[in-house]
Amino acid sequence: MRLGYLVRRIVFLLAVVWVAATIVFFIPRLSARNPIRERFAEIARSTGFAPKDLDQIIAAYEVKFGLDKPLLEQYVEYMGGVIRGDLGPSLTRYPKTVLELIFSALPWTIVLLMLTTLIAFALGNLLGALASWPRSPRFVKGLMAPLMMLQAVPAYLLGLLLIFFIAFRLKLLPMGGAYSQGVTPSLTLEFILDAARHQVLPAISLILASLGFWALGMRGMGITIQGEDYVNFAEHKGLHPRTIFTQYYVRNALLPQVTGLALAFGSVIVSGVLVEQLYGLPGLGGLLGDAILKNDYFIIYGITLFVILSIAILMFLVDLVYPLLDPRIRYESR
Amino acid sequence: MTQTAAVELQRDARQTRYEHPSRWTLTVRYLRRNKSLVLGLAIVIGLTLFTVVGSLTIDTERRAYPLAVKPKQPPSAEYPLGTDFFGRDMLAVMVRGIWQTAVIGLIAGAIGTGVGVILGFLSAYYGGAVDTVIRAITEVLLPIPAFLILVIIAGSIDRRSVTIYTMAVIVSLLAWMGPTRIMRAQVLTLKERMFINVARLSGMSNLEIVFKEILPNMLPFILASFVSGVFAGIFASFGLSVLGLGPLREPLIGNTIWFAQQQAAFFNGWWWWPLWPSLALVLIFVSLTLINVGLDELANPRVRRTE
Repeated sequence: MRLGYLVRRIVFLLAVVWVAATIVFFIPRLSARNPIRERFAEIARSTGFAPKDLDQIIAAYEVKFGLDKPLLEQYVEYMGGVIRGDLGPSLTRYPKTVLELIFSALPWTIVLLMLTTLIAFALGNLLGALASWPRSPRFVKGLMAPLMMLQAVPAYLLGLLLIFFIAFRLKLLPMGGAYSQGVTPSLTLEFILDAARHQVLPAISLILASLGFWALGMRGMGITIQGEDYVNFAEHKGLHPRTIFTQYYVRNALLPQVTGLALAFGSVIVSGVLVEQLYGLPGLGGLLGDAILKNDYFIIYGITLFVILSIAILMFLVDLVYPLLDPRIRYESR
Repeated sequence: MTQTAAVELQRDARQTRYEHPSRWTLTVRYLRRNKSLVLGLAIVIGLTLFTVVGSLTIDTERRAYPLAVKPKQPPSAEYPLGTDFFGRDMLAVMVRGIWQTAVIGLIAGAIGTGVGVILGFLSAYYGGAVDTVIRAITEVLLPIPAFLILVIIAGSIDRRSVTIYTMAVIVSLLAWMGPTRIMRAQVLTLKERMFINVARLSGMSNLEIVFKEILPNMLPFILASFVSGVFAGIFASFGLSVLGLGPLREPLIGNTIWFAQQQAAFFNGWWWWPLWPSLALVLIFVSLTLINVGLDELANPRVRRTE
C-alpha cells in the first residue's frame, strides 16, 4: 500500500516538473523578443561593436543553440536536456553552461538557506510549542503578536531595514557582498570568518521573516493537542512536565510541521533568492539578478527550472522521511 | 430579563434601544473585541488618506518623475522626505507609489479571487469530470513557485512597455489556484448542509441555490481570500520590481527600492531614498495581515474560544 502511495507521489512530482518545464519552454517563445539579437544590440550600444553582417551572426548563433529547428523538435530536445540535467549554454558567458554557473553559485545558497531554515524551524517550533503550553511564562505568549507581524513582512524588506539600522547607522556589520573587497576566496579560517560575518544580516532577515510561520502553526497544533487523552493520562501518571512537553506534546505537534516544511521550500527559496540579490551575494539569487540585468535568458530559465526540480526532490524526500517520524503512517493506506 | 424589559418598555422608549442595540452599536462592540481588524483597517485608512490628501495637494504627475526637483536632497522643510538621485520628490513618489501598489494589489486580488470563486464553485457543485480536471490542474500548479514563472513571463515582455496594469495581470496569472482550492472545500461542506437540501426540495434551481443560498454564506471566506489575494499580488509585484522587472517608468514602491539599490543608496549615504518605500511596504503588508487575522476571527468564531 505504501508502495502505491510512493508511486503516486513520484508520478505527481514528475507531472509538476513536466508542467513547469513546459511553461518555462513555451512562454519565452510566445514573446517577440529575441535574446540573441538583444544581446548584440546591447554589445553594440556599450562597446560600439556593430558588425554589418549581424543577421548572419545571429543566424549562426541560432543554429548553434538549435533555435532554427521546428518548435516541437526544440521542445523534445529541451526536455531531453532537462532529463539529462543539461540546461543549455549561458548567453553572456558563452563557453560556460548554465549548469556550471548554477553549481558554482549553489554552495552559497545551500549554506544560507539550510542554516536559516533549520534555525527558523527549530526556534519557531519551540516558541510556538511554548506559547501553547499552559505552564510557560507569559512573555512567550506575548511574543506571538510581534512574530505574526514579522511574518507578514517579506525577508527582502527586513533585510533592507537591517542594512539601514545595523549596517548603515550602527556600522556593526557589512552592508553587502559575500566577503570583504580585495579578499580572494580560500579555505582559510580568516576567509571563512569574514564570509560568515557577511552572512549574518541576510541570515537574520530570512530567519525573522519565517519564524512566525512555524511558531503560529506550532501553537495551533499545540492547542489542539492539549485536550488529547494521552496528554491527560501522562499528567495523571505523574510524569515530569518536561517529559510530557518533549515526548508527548512537541513530538506529536511536530508532525504536521514537517509536512509544512515541504510546502515551505518554495517560498524559502524565493525569498532567499531575493535576499541574496539584495545583499549582492554570489548565490543563485545574485546570479538571477545579474542575468535579468544582462538579459541572459538561458540563465533565467535554467535557474527557474533548477529550483523547481529541487523543490520537487525535496518534497519527495519529506514524503520518504515522514513515515520514519510517524510510525502510524506505515500501516495506513493513503 | 423579559420582565424588566417589559417594564422599561412601558416606562421609557429609550430603554428598548438598550435591549435591542442598533446595528451600529453592535458593530462598535464587536470591533472593540476584534483588535487586529481595527488596527489593520486603521493603517489602511491612514495610507489611503495619505495618498488622497497627497495627490490633491502635490503635483504628483510631475514631481514623482525624474528631473522635477533638485536631486539627492536629504529630508528638509522643502522636501519632507528628501529627493532621489534622479530628481524626484520622494513625498510625491510615495504618494503615487502607494497608490499604484494598491491598484496592482486590488486588481490582482479581484482577478485571483474571481477566477477562484468561479472555478471552485464549478468544481465542487458539479463534481465529476469538471471537478477532476480543475483539481488536477490546481494540484499540479500549486507546488510550482509562481514567482519564478512570473519572473519568466515578466522577462519575456519588453520591459519598456510594462505598465501598472500589465503588471497586475501578470501577477494574477498564477494567483487563482489557492482561492480555487479554498472555495471548492467550502462549497463542498456547505453543499451537504440541511438548508441546501431544504432549498432543493422547495424547488429552487441550481443557479438559484448557488446565488441565494451558498454565495451569501461564503462571503466572509471570499472577503478573506480577496485580502490574501491583494497581499499576494503586492508581494509578487514587489518581488518582480525589486529584481528590476517592474514598470520602470513608474514610481512604484518596488521600483523605487530597485533604483535605490542600483545606485547603492546606502553606500552613498542617501538613506532616505530606500527607507520610506520600505516602511510603507511594511505598513501595507502588516495591515493586510492584521485584517486577514481579524476576518478569520469574524468568519470562524471557533478561533475565538482557543484564544
